[in-house]
Amino acid sequence: MDLVTFGVQLLNAIQYGMVLFLVASGLTLVFGILGVINLAHGAFYMFGAYLAYWIAAYTGSFWIAMVAGVAIAFVVGLVLENVFIRRLYGRDHLVQVLLSFGLILVIDEAREILFGKDVHSVAPPAWLSGSIQLTDNLSYPVYRLAICGFCLIVAALIFFVITRTKIGMIVRAGAENREMTRVLGIKFDVVNRYVFAVGIALAALGGIVIAPISTVFPGMGDGMLILSFVVVVLGGIGSVAGAAVGALLIGLTDTFGKVFFPSVSSILIYVLMAAVLLWRPNGILGRREV
Amino acid sequence: MSALLAVAHLEAFYGASQILHGIDLAVARGEQVALIGRNGMGKTTLLRSLMGLVADCRGEIDFAGRNVRGAAPEDIARAGIALVPEGRGIFGSLTVEENLTMAARPGRDGRQAWTLTRIYELFPRLHQRRGNGGHQLSGGEQQMLTISRALMTNPDLILIDEATEGLAPLVAQDIWRTLGVIGGEGIATIVVDKDFRSLAKITHRAIVLSKGTVVFNGAPADLMAQPELLERHLGV
Repeated sequence: MDLVTFGVQLLNAIQYGMVLFLVASGLTLVFGILGVINLAHGAFYMFGAYLAYWIAAYTGSFWIAMVAGVAIAFVVGLVLENVFIRRLYGRDHLVQVLLSFGLILVIDEAREILFGKDVHSVAPPAWLSGSIQLTDNLSYPVYRLAICGFCLIVAALIFFVITRTKIGMIVRAGAENREMTRVLGIKFDVVNRYVFAVGIALAALGGIVIAPISTVFPGMGDGMLILSFVVVVLGGIGSVAGAAVGALLIGLTDTFGKVFFPSVSSILIYVLMAAVLLWRPNGILGRREV
Repeated sequence: MSALLAVAHLEAFYGASQILHGIDLAVARGEQVALIGRNGMGKTTLLRSLMGLVADCRGEIDFAGRNVRGAAPEDIARAGIALVPEGRGIFGSLTVEENLTMAARPGRDGRQAWTLTRIYELFPRLHQRRGNGGHQLSGGEQQMLTISRALMTNPDLILIDEATEGLAPLVAQDIWRTLGVIGGEGIATIVVDKDFRSLAKITHRAIVLSKGTVVFNGAPADLMAQPELLERHLGV
């Protein structure tokens, strides 16, 4: 493989890992702070992609689709937390799995009613739709580069909020000792509601940014859900930094696995996960049991 | 003068076992109260009940003229009660300064008497350690931090469980000095500790708990004058 091809594959790997990070960071926040296993996370990713397709088709603008899609997902997250999810806190995982599986069925049905079950594609914004010519017969789509940059900005924003703001301190404190934060006068039920809504919005945002380079189809959330769980477990449950490391590792493993070991590429990420868990049972940046 | 905190017929249960059997007590604004008794007599349960942390709790708890029995801990905290729990409850993954900042809130009447600057004046040690993680602190530093964190919520009443347990004598002295300062600020406190002699110096009143009931409620000096009562309920 020459250097240019390697570079292109590396960019693909990073871009794939970045989108994975967007989705998985939402999952790890909800899992780590609310203690809720949300199997419907992938369904919101799919729903985000369909929303992007639908809004872009009506308005003709990918940007309106992106902003409106994220806003709709956020509001849906607030409502769902208030009606369903808050009943799951402290309950055992079987109850959580059952309810969130139910949500998958409902979201799938809602998608069927609203958007149908056709496969769609979404056009990227015009000024990002070109390609950069690398060599005579090799070019790289600008939109993929833009995804990298955009996801980096979102990641930086998430890290800033978590590490530098009072809200981030409260969220970290609550992940460690819920009771103590309440004793200090923090309304943790409100914090929970917004954390869940942000988690859902991140899943939808992942679906929206991927829509122009992937096809929008009904089952697209299923694979994403499994990959996101792999990322969360790999990075350490509840750790956003861990999700970033895990997502990039998966992106690299998957992309280069397909190049170098095409016959076994489909199992490589699971081999990676098993190996990491043997080395660090709580994930790369997971908190060790005391 | 009407009481800041008025508790009547308070009973608390953990499952089928009753821990508190009808507690009556009152704390005036700015009053310092020592709460003593042997282990397992209900001191911690009483503080946790006042904070809204005991699910099965009956009777009356009035704070600042409002019934708070059955209220959520966050609402009780916002009404003006702060708890310094046994074991301290420091957030180990947050720095000293973050532990303080996340709790900062004006008091119920909007006053902001306690700020980071004032806390650092009171505890220069915390200023030195402000960038350290909570889990890197010594026991004494942790206790300074939990008391400071409670102050950052600008409360009217602080409940302090086992104020100096496990601390070296010199560090304990620091804590007693601090509690004296807090008392001088007009904040009421209920302090649990085994060192009654030190408690007696900074409190106006002593309450002795035995098997979930109040068996003494009066001036610390009067309790000192009854060695057999002290012996029975403190084992000193």
